[in-house]
Order: sequence, then structure tokens, then C-alpha cells
Amino acid sequence: MKTGRLLGWVAAIGLLSGLSVGFLYAPRDAVQGNVQRIMYLHVPSVLTGYLAFGVVFLASLAYLFSQRSRWDRLAAASAEVGVVFTGLTLVSGAVWGKPTWGTWWTWDARLTTTALLFLIYVSYLLVRGMVEDRERAARFSAVVGIIGAIDIPIIHFSVQWFRTLHQPATLLRPQAPTMDAPMVFTLLLNVGAFILFYVYLTRMRFRLAELEEGV
Amino acid sequence: MYLRRAWAVFWKDSLIERRSKEMANGLFFFAFLLLFLFHFALGPDRARIEMAFPGLLWLGFLLTGLLGLGRTFLGERENDCLEGLVLAPGDKSAIYLGKVAGGVLLMLLLQVFLLLLFTVFYNLEMRKVLPGLALVGALGAIGFAAVGSLFAAITAQVRARELLFPLLLLPVVIPLLLGAVAATGELVQSHSLSAARHWLALLAGADLIYLTTGLLTFEFILEA
Repeated sequence: MKTGRLLGWVAAIGLLSGLSVGFLYAPRDAVQGNVQRIMYLHVPSVLTGYLAFGVVFLASLAYLFSQRSRWDRLAAASAEVGVVFTGLTLVSGAVWGKPTWGTWWTWDARLTTTALLFLIYVSYLLVRGMVEDRERAARFSAVVGIIGAIDIPIIHFSVQWFRTLHQPATLLRPQAPTMDAPMVFTLLLNVGAFILFYVYLTRMRFRLAELEEGV
Repeated sequence: MYLRRAWAVFWKDSLIERRSKEMANGLFFFAFLLLFLFHFALGPDRARIEMAFPGLLWLGFLLTGLLGLGRTFLGERENDCLEGLVLAPGDKSAIYLGKVAGGVLLMLLLQVFLLLLFTVFYNLEMRKVLPGLALVGALGAIGFAAVGSLFAAITAQVRARELLFPLLLLPVVIPLLLGAVAATGELVQSHSLSAARHWLALLAGADLIYLTTGLLTFEFILEA
């Protein structure tokens, strides 16, 4: 448990310093003002979410091939944390979108893809909850986890084409091509802290599942 | 041998359905009801219905298909048939293939029926778009049946089956719905499929991916 606690502290320090650097060190955005600082929360969450779902995919595959329940526990833990981070992405994006684009939500390709991803993994968690038998739940959710991951490219293309063919993006303009160096630093610091936090949470969740099953 | 086993499953299911007509009657009636719901939801304005036609057609198809595909494995619960399928020798994915084939047949029949209803009740001109629509419909039906059969196998053994099946299936088939609606829309507008070629490619790609995944993972579900 010692490594776990250490990891927790490092993640906490990372998050705190990421937060303070994001507010105190990173410069105010010339166009968007302070609202832009949400990016330091938004981008790390979405990257962490993708990482988490990638882990779900690999762990699901590993479980189906090896039938070892630790892979299933890892997939479950990672999916839970990933859903939280993706939810955070959607919420922080909405909070940023309201002052910047003038709307909480728009059916833009990226937003829709992320939202669909969120829904798929929520349903992944639902399967786990609704199947009583332990091993059955593991197998079923592994299949759903795999389908969810390979669905991502299909979702991506369909949503992209659906938007671009029907109407050009009116609200979403490409960001400034270059980013100020302090901003890049702040962003990377936060990404690192978020990934540590993800590892910490997943580890805890994994451990909890072990205790629940009396391993 | 492999295909013969798949065929056996398909034939068995079709025969049961042909004799009992348990599902088909209910589904056709449900499709009919949906048409009325659409009508009252959109109002009597014909232009509006015409505009919404691609979406309505696929929505109707999705909802009826949801009811139909969810029952794919229900028959197997009686008399321990599921056990029999697990004990059957050979590759289990043949069973899946047979089930998908049954699902595709059911979906195609539903499509024909829905199109007929739309033509009659909304007085839409279908003749020019029919060949293209058949292709889009077939591609959509295959993908839908491929994921649907897989998830039906999962939910057949779950208590909250009616709830879980749509919750699982809908997020995954949204890209299919998107592609099919977009392709149908192009078809209705321009009467040709060339503008929708990339959508057809997307549908075909999705079909292939879903089918392959289903074939590879079905065994784990059946034996769970």
C-alpha cells in the first residue's frame, strides 16, 4: 500500500501545482481572457479519458484470452475512472463553450464523438452492474469494452462527415496555430498530473475490487 | 461444414418463426403504430414529412429492429436449448453467423414493410430511389443485425434484459444510423448513390468490423 500512498501524494502535489501554475503563471489569453484557463482542466481530462478507455480495451482483450480475473478488475477500474474524466471533459467544455461560443453545447464532430464515447462506457458500466454472476459480468463487459473501442473510428468518421458535409462549422474555429511556451508548459504539467491521478484512482479501484472479492 | 451449421441455426429459427409467427405479427403491427406516432408528432404538413423521411424511415427501422433483435436468443432459453448450443460440436461462431443471417432476413422484411407503409400513407414517390435504397438498407441491416445478435446473446441471460439491450445497442449503432440516414438523404435529393459513396463505404466498413468482432467474441459470451 506504500507505493499507493506515495503515488497519491505525488498526484495531489501535481494537481495542486498544475492548478496554481494554471492560474498564476500561465498568461491570460489575449482573445478569450481567463476563460481559456479551463483548457488546463479540459485537455488533460480528455486525454486521460482516452488513455483510460485504451486500457479498458487492452485489459478486456487480455481477459478474454487469459481468463484471469485481474485483467477484468483492471478493465472495470479503468472504465469507471475513464467515465469520470470524460464526464469532466464534457462539463468543463460546456462551461468554456458558454462564454466563448455562446452556447453550452453544439453538435460539433468532436463534441458528439466524446459524448457518444461517454454513453458507450456508461453502458459498459451498466452491464457490469446488471449481471449478477461474477464471471459472466466479466466476459460480457469485456466484449462490450472491445466493441466500444473499435467503434471509436467509425463514430469519428461518421460524425465528422455528418457535420462537414451538411454545414460548415460556424462556431468552432481552429485555435491559434501556435501556443505560448508558458501555456504549453502549464498544459503538459497538468496532463502529467492528471495521468498520475488516473493511475492512482485506478489502482485504488482495482484494490477495492480485490478486497470485495476477497482476493 | 461450417456454413452448414450456420444454415441449420438459421433454418431452425426461420421455421419456428414461420410456424408460430409470434414475433413477425407483433413487429409489423408495431411498425404500423409507429407510422401513426410519426404522423401525429410531425403534424399533417406533407412537406415536413417528406423532409424528415430519411430520418423517420431509419428511426422506425431502428425501433422495430430493437424489439425484434432483442428476442434473437429468447427462444433458446426454453428447454435448455442454450445448453444444447454450447454443447454442439465445432466452432461456436457458426451459431452466431446463423443468428445474424436470421436477423438480417427479419430486418429486410421489416424494411420492405416500412417502405410500403411510407409509400402508401405519406404518398411518397419511391420508384427512382428504390435500387439505391435497397443497397443502403441491406448494409444497414447487416451491421445492425451483427451488433444486435451479439448484444442479444449477452442480454438473453440478464434479468433486466428489456432495459439493458437498448442501452447497450443504441450508442454503438448511432454511427450506422447516421450513415444510413445521410445516404438515404442524398439518395432522395439527387436520385443517385454517387454523392453518398463515402457513406456506403463507411457502412460497409462498419458491417465488416462488427461482424468480425462478433465472430471472434461470440464464443466467450455463449460459454459464460
